[in-house]
Amino acid sequence: MKGVRLGRSQVVWIGLVLLALLAAFSALAPRTFPTAFNLLNLVSDAAILLLLATGMTYVIITAGIDLSVGGVLVFSAVAAAEVMDATGSLLLGTLAALVTGLAWGVLNGVLIALGRIPALIVTLGTLGMSLGGALLLTGGVDLRAPTDLNLGLGLARWLGVPLIVWICAAITAALALMLAYTRFGRHTYAIGSNAEAARRGGVAVRGHLIRVYGLAGLLAGLAGQLSLAKYGITGVSAHSTDNLQAIAAVVIGGTSLFGGVGTVAGTVIGVFIPVVLQNGFQILGVRPFWQQVVVGAVLVAAVYVDQWRRRARDQ
Amino acid sequence: MAVPLIAAREIVKSYGHVEALRGADFTLRPGEVVALIGDNGAGKSTLAKILSGVERPDEGTVEIDGEPVAFGSVEEARSAGIETVYQDLALCADLSPAANFFLGRERLKPGLLGLLGVLDNAAMRRAAQEACERLGVRLASQTAPVSALSGGQRQGVAVARAVTWARRAVFMDEPTAALGVVQTRLVLDLIRSVRDSGVSVVLISHNMQDVKAVSDRVEVLRLGRRVARFDTANVSMEELVGAMTGALGSQDDGGPGDSGRGSGA
Repeated sequence: MKGVRLGRSQVVWIGLVLLALLAAFSALAPRTFPTAFNLLNLVSDAAILLLLATGMTYVIITAGIDLSVGGVLVFSAVAAAEVMDATGSLLLGTLAALVTGLAWGVLNGVLIALGRIPALIVTLGTLGMSLGGALLLTGGVDLRAPTDLNLGLGLARWLGVPLIVWICAAITAALALMLAYTRFGRHTYAIGSNAEAARRGGVAVRGHLIRVYGLAGLLAGLAGQLSLAKYGITGVSAHSTDNLQAIAAVVIGGTSLFGGVGTVAGTVIGVFIPVVLQNGFQILGVRPFWQQVVVGAVLVAAVYVDQWRRRARDQ
Repeated sequence: MAVPLIAAREIVKSYGHVEALRGADFTLRPGEVVALIGDNGAGKSTLAKILSGVERPDEGTVEIDGEPVAFGSVEEARSAGIETVYQDLALCADLSPAANFFLGRERLKPGLLGLLGVLDNAAMRRAAQEACERLGVRLASQTAPVSALSGGQRQGVAVARAVTWARRAVFMDEPTAALGVVQTRLVLDLIRSVRDSGVSVVLISHNMQDVKAVSDRVEVLRLGRRVARFDTANVSMEELVGAMTGALGSQDDGGPGDSGRGSGA
């Protein structure tokens, strides 16, 4: 129904790439790769990035970009750690992470939609501001998560699968449905496809953009709290390439940087390809640096295919 | 004589030092096709933008059904039943015809899903399909994105959308500019069927063949003013071109007493 045919066909072939990788690693390391333990490792590694990439999918479908997600994640984690330290309440900490994430996202949206500053510049600016702010708050030293968060939510499982994975999967699924089937999703595609046409059609373009960037910030805030639970520290220096990882996942998954085309399902596959490569290379004893090389090549290939399809289509 | 659907008087609009309109008048009556013609820079598009709510006039009055109005936005013009087909189409190429059709006015599913903002795509597809068929716009698919359509089909979708939502009048800014012969004929047929459905059409065009073929009346703008009005049936191509270029003197045969055009012809 939506303008996702381009995206959909790319989802199919990139899904085949993922299946081929899984099959290859399973064949090469039959006793270590395709085990429940290892596959759970895989999804655990992917879960938090999935949140960032899902928000990024919305943003990129509007023909925007959000470079600030890693900084917002860290800032929210620091805010949550400080609130939990001060109050002892995990709930208040979660709330702090969500509110700070949302606030950074809305700031992005306001500057982009109302200030008419290019998204690349705005979010590069807020990346620096949020990371710098986090360093100011912590003095450059990582804060530790409260033990009951780290040992509670961080280790909790349901049906053998980490609770964090369930949370991320549920939110991703809900946002995938929202993008595909609701008016909010339709307007997201419309703005990325032709913002002027959307405006003339009566879509509140600025308000919608603010909400989309707000959503991306909110998800980054939640990712901050979840990574605090999972890793036990705020990780102020560990998230400087989160934005690029998320963008790569989105683009590999068939979302077009030109906007108007894309799916969350594609993004899920795009998140797993780098994770599977890293995991598989580790198991096979290939030097892990190869993962970066291969993911970079896949990214370039994905964009090349997207542009080639567009040219073919527009003729 | 019926009250005009739209009556604009002494409209002035400047962009910086450029006076696009210098006291332009315009009349549109219910159920007619009026061609608004003029040379480049005569102010046709500016006048259309003012009458469809995109721009506000600096001076002058606009009346709908004899009541003065001041459109502050496209939405306000729309709620008065006036729609516009823009020159650059204003479709979202990545969306389906049906999604474009209902852009900004999406239909939601009944009940709880609707409250969650879930779209009723099947209903929208059906309605778009029906509207297109009624107007003779044939689309192979209501689900393929608009980018997969030909120029004529895209124009058909844009026109069908405007016509479906317009209760009173449709402005069409150069609707055939980018089209071939067959597609142009399709759009002209479309204009006639719109008029026959009781909705007035304002056709802004450079193409005198189109104007002669489809309009009931012609209003000519030159240098920001209306310089002539004609009944299309009684005017020659030379007279139209003469009025546009100023070779013929100012001529106004379309005053309030002019009711020579029989209805239902």
